[in-house]
Order: sequence, then structure tokens, then C-alpha cells
Amino acid sequence: MRKFTQLEGLVAPLDRANVDTDAIIPKQFLKSIKRSGFGQNLFDEWRYMDHGEPGQDASLRLPNPDFVLNQPRYRGAAILLTRDNFGCGSSREHAPWALEDYGFRALVGTSFADIFYNNCFKNGLLPVMLAKSEVEEMFAQADQFPGYKLRINLENQTVTRPDGKTLSFEVDAFRKFCLLNGFDDIGLTLRHAEKIREFEAMRRIEQPWLFAA
Amino acid sequence: MAKTLYDKLWEDHLVHQENDGTALIYIDRHLVHEVTSPQAFEGLKLAGRKVWRTSSIVATADHNTPTQGWERGIEGIADETSRLQISTLDANIREVGALAYFPFRDPRQGIVHVIGPEQGVTLPGMTVVCGDSHTSTHGAFACLAHGIGTSEVEHVLATQCLLQKKSKAMRVQVDGVLGRGVSAKDIALALIGKIGTAGGIGYAVEFAGSVIRALSMEGRMTLCNMAIEAGARAGMIAVDDTTIDYLKGRPFAPKASQWERAVAAWRNLKSDEGAYFDAVVVLNAAEFGPQVTWGTSPEMVTGIDGFVPAPEDFADPGKAEGVARALQYMGLTPRTPISQIKIDKVFIGSCTNSRIEDLRAAASVARGRHIAANVKLALVVPGSGLVKRQAEAEGLDKIFIAAGFEWREPGCSMCLAMNDDKLEPGERCASTSNRNFEGRQGNGGRSHLVSPQMAAAAAIAGHFADVRALF
Ligand code: SF4
Repeated sequence: MRKFTQLEGLVAPLDRANVDTDAIIPKQFLKSIKRSGFGQNLFDEWRYMDHGEPGQDASLRLPNPDFVLNQPRYRGAAILLTRDNFGCGSSREHAPWALEDYGFRALVGTSFADIFYNNCFKNGLLPVMLAKSEVEEMFAQADQFPGYKLRINLENQTVTRPDGKTLSFEVDAFRKFCLLNGFDDIGLTLRHAEKIREFEAMRRIEQPWLFAA
Repeated sequence: MAKTLYDKLWEDHLVHQENDGTALIYIDRHLVHEVTSPQAFEGLKLAGRKVWRTSSIVATADHNTPTQGWERGIEGIADETSRLQISTLDANIREVGALAYFPFRDPRQGIVHVIGPEQGVTLPGMTVVCGDSHTSTHGAFACLAHGIGTSEVEHVLATQCLLQKKSKAMRVQVDGVLGRGVSAKDIALALIGKIGTAGGIGYAVEFAGSVIRALSMEGRMTLCNMAIEAGARAGMIAVDDTTIDYLKGRPFAPKASQWERAVAAWRNLKSDEGAYFDAVVVLNAAEFGPQVTWGTSPEMVTGIDGFVPAPEDFADPGKAEGVARALQYMGLTPRTPISQIKIDKVFIGSCTNSRIEDLRAAASVARGRHIAANVKLALVVPGSGLVKRQAEAEGLDKIFIAAGFEWREPGCSMCLAMNDDKLEPGERCASTSNRNFEGRQGNGGRSHLVSPQMAAAAAIAGHFADVRALF
């Protein structure tokens, strides 16, 4: 997994609450058995005027000029500013894969749906949760100042605005550790293999019906 | 100290805990389907890792599978990518093994959340995971059950564990008695209407109260299924006689020699008297009737006697804007009575409402009636092959067909429209599924979530209608 330490990135504001994973990456693209290549279909139904199907050449499609990511000022954005309950709905990890593949490295918002939040950390994508008033201010600033960038420092757990104001955010120590080091958590878990085996052996004795084979 | 059901399930699976509270939780049951597993199997192989315990795996193909033309076999699936996903699952399971595998066209194949309980592979006290958000369904059996992403599927395959932090506990208490024509689906929608789709974020929810105790296992599954739509990680319900009666004799339930011992252990799977919950929500069954969603989020819901709201009804400007956008997408005018909204299609199915009791409820409304002329298609898609055969044994298929419904093979079907069953742009559907997001049932399609009885009533009337007037 790619490490995440610090990031200074252009902010794209997506001003909608309850953005679901069906919107982030529509179902027709879930038929792929790969992990990559989803970026061109990120927010497909909002981003293009025509209906998208897997395998199309994106350069031949008609972009929706009103959609925020199609506005030239947000080209190259690495931080997506979001609202409440971002990533709700289906558990599809294709959603963070698409965000990451598009070029996003961090999300800043008020709340994230549970499974989506987990999925982000597995893919080097940092979801940052801030208070509603802080996010509100950022939406206003991002709109007002072209080229609006945020600096995110995971080690210090801070987000710094262009005007110098620094906000802190919470993140689990373990998740932070994995992200800072780019650790694959399967490898970390397998350090406890002996303990897992012992636990399993006990369980087999105490509740054998759970182990029908 | 008095413990919640969630505390008990958590502690019983705790293998290891880091200083910050991140825990390794042991996973008893791993359900696998074709859409979210291929990348996990591939990742495992690339890393040279083995599956930790194949006997924890139960697999089926459900999301992509067609609901007709089964006689043509896998070759009959026109979409090449769908075929590839189904055959990739086949190859992966053949290679690694499983406790049970119900491939495409197996008589027991069906939606993963329907076949788990039906086969008795979902048992009280288990942790159950699946790369699918509606895994919360299995919480109806006092399991700790939730959806996971594909990286976590790989993690469970490789380690039999999941990294988790404990959620807070919420108790949703539903008191009173459900009226006739009001079902578990309506409880779920009324709850989401009340607390919002983000209301459960950070919580594991336990459903309790007289209404819950009176629900069948099918109803409890419907309710737990929708816990995820309220933002909760998991939904769960304590074990009682209803749970135990349901499980007795299921193919993978404990055999006679272990049954009594298992039941004794299961009886403890309830919250202790006085256990602490971080949040409590109380619903009274007398306060809500059949529900219908009008927007693009399950929280955009009202009663059948209600009206489409106007954006200005909402004080929060962000909410008002969201409502305006939803109404535009849905093609609805503020103040329209819900019962005047005409529909084009009807879908009875999905892991929320495709079990035998759901089909019986819908059939009881359809019996002796016929779908309205403006309804282009009314689909009934049983949740599994066994549900289908049971329904046929009871003659439900004949009732539906006589009423103008189509009777199909099991699968997810038009719940997410990954196969050929979908809405065309602008089409409006009364659907018993769980998500009314933009494009969920087909690009540009408009979904209204309802109970099976209400879906049948809408099919007959051609618009939403109060099923209570049809009894
Ligand atoms: S029926 Fe719908 S919600 Fe349930 S598992 Fe299938 S696609 Fe998901």
C-alpha cells in the first residue's frame, strides 16, 4: 500500500450530502475483476452526459460541464471536500479504488459511512473528519479562491488552510501507523498467527457446532 | 457488569487488542459472492498466501445471474463480463474449497443473505462477514454481522480475522403492536425516516421491544437488513424461541448430538437487564402505517397517506437543496399525494424482501386481482431456489402469474440491475429492495421503496395505494 505522510493538494468541493457508492462508481463498472482503471468512471453518471459502459474510450465521451470535477479550476485536485455521510450504501471497494485512481489522496468532510471509511485506509486514501462549521468554511473558501489548497499532515493530525489556520483531526493510532508506513495489514495480523490458532482451537472445543465441515 | 448483546458477541470473538482499542476479531462465517471477491482471491495468490479456514466459506453467485433463460446455462448470459465474474468465482472456489458452494443454477442457489439463514450456515453467536453491505441481515440471529470491503475479504481469507474498533451501542425499541398491512419493512423505513441515513453511524444497533419479539425470522431479517441504510455497522436481535424454532433441522444447523448444548449457549445471547446503551431510540407501532419513499435516499420517506414535501419544508439549506435535487431526479411535484404517484414497474425481491413470507404477503394482495394496464412489468424474484420451490408448492406462482406478474429465477435482479432486469431512464418503480439511490435500478430509473404488500397493491392500482383498503 502507498504511504501517506503529508500532502499539499488542490481541493475540489462536492457539495452534496449522502453521496453513495453507487454514485461514486456505478454498478456496470463492478463487473471488472481488476482493482485498477476505475478513475475514468468515477462519478460516471454525474460527470458525463452520455451513459457509461465498461471499456469505452473516455476521450470520446461527452463531459457534463456543470459537474464540479469537469471545471478547469479543479483539474488535478488531490483532495475532495465532501458533506455528511459520504460513501454510504454498498460496500464496494471500487469506490475508493476509483477515487484513488482518479488522483485523490485525501477526503475532507463531516462524516463518512462506516464501511467506506474502512476501505479508504486499505488503499492509502485518508478520510479526514472535521466539525461541520469548519467544513462549511472550507466550502465557502474553496468556492471563493481559485487554486484553493489544503495541507494535510498525518503525523501531526492537522489540516492547514491557505490563510494559515490549522485544524486538528482524529484518527485511530493503529490506522495512522499503517498509513504512515504503508503497511499491509494482513502481514501485521499474521504476526499474531499463533494467537489466532490458539483462539480457534479453544473455540472448536467450546462451540464445536460452529466448525461443521 | 450488565452486558449488551453486542458486548457479549464482541468479547466472545476478541483475539487480540492494540493499545488504541483496535481489535482482532475472529470470523466464524465468511460469505462470498462473485462481485467483491475476485480481487481478493487474486491478491491472496499474488502474495503467496493460503486461505486460513476454507470451512468458514459459503459461496454463491447472485448479483450478476440472470432470472430467466437458465436452461441455456452460463453460455446463455449475453454479457461477457458477467459471465467472467461468475466463472471466476467458480474457478476460485474450486481451487480453495468451501463449506458449501451454490453455483449458478444449483437448486439451492440464491441471494447470499437469503441462503445463509435458510441453510443454517448462519448460527447465533457467530461473526458473519461478506463483501456486501447487507450482511447486517444475519444479525437477526444474534450474530455480529456486517459488510466488508474487498481488502477485508482478502484479510479474512488470509487470517480468519478482521481488524475492528468497537462501535457504540444503540437500542432501537419498537413498542406496541403492528397494524394489519404494516410490516418489518415499514418499521425499517419509519426508523430511517426518524433518525436519518447517517443516524446510526458509529453504532451497532440492537432491535428490541414487543413488536420485535412478535416478528417472524423473515421480518427480523428484513429489519436487520436495513440497519445499514440507517448508517449502522450492524443490526442484531436477541435469541428467543422464534430463532431456535427457525434453525431446527436446517441442513447446516448443529446435529442432534450438539443441538441441546448449542441451544443452551444461544439462550444467553441477549442483553442483560440494565445493560448500558449509548443511544436509545423508541418507536411506537401505533405511530406509523405503510411507508413509501419519495426521494433518492431511504430517509426521504413518508406514510402512504402523506404528500411529497417541498424543499422549503426543510429549514437546513443543505437539506432543502438535496430535496430539490431529489424531486427533480424523481420527477415529482411538491404536495402531490403519495397515492397519486403512478408507476411503470414493480419489483418484488432482493435480500430485504424475497423470502417465503414476503411472497405470501404479496400474493395475498394479488390473489384474484390483476395488475393495472399502465404497469409495464411486475417482477417477482424469489430470494433462493428453495424459496421458489416452496412458493410453487403453495401455489403462489400461479396467483402471481394469473395476476399478470412474471415469476422468475432467484437472484439479486433488479435490486441493483447488474443483470438484464433494469429500469429504463425515467421509469418509476415500486420496489421491495433497500436502496432508492439515483440509477440504482437502472440508469435514470426512479425507485420507491415499499413493503411486498404495498408493492403488490401498487401493481394492482397502477399507483401507490394503501394496502389496508384492499383487505
Ligand atoms: S439483493 Fe440487492 S442489496 Fe441484497 S445482496 Fe443483492 S444486490 Fe445487494
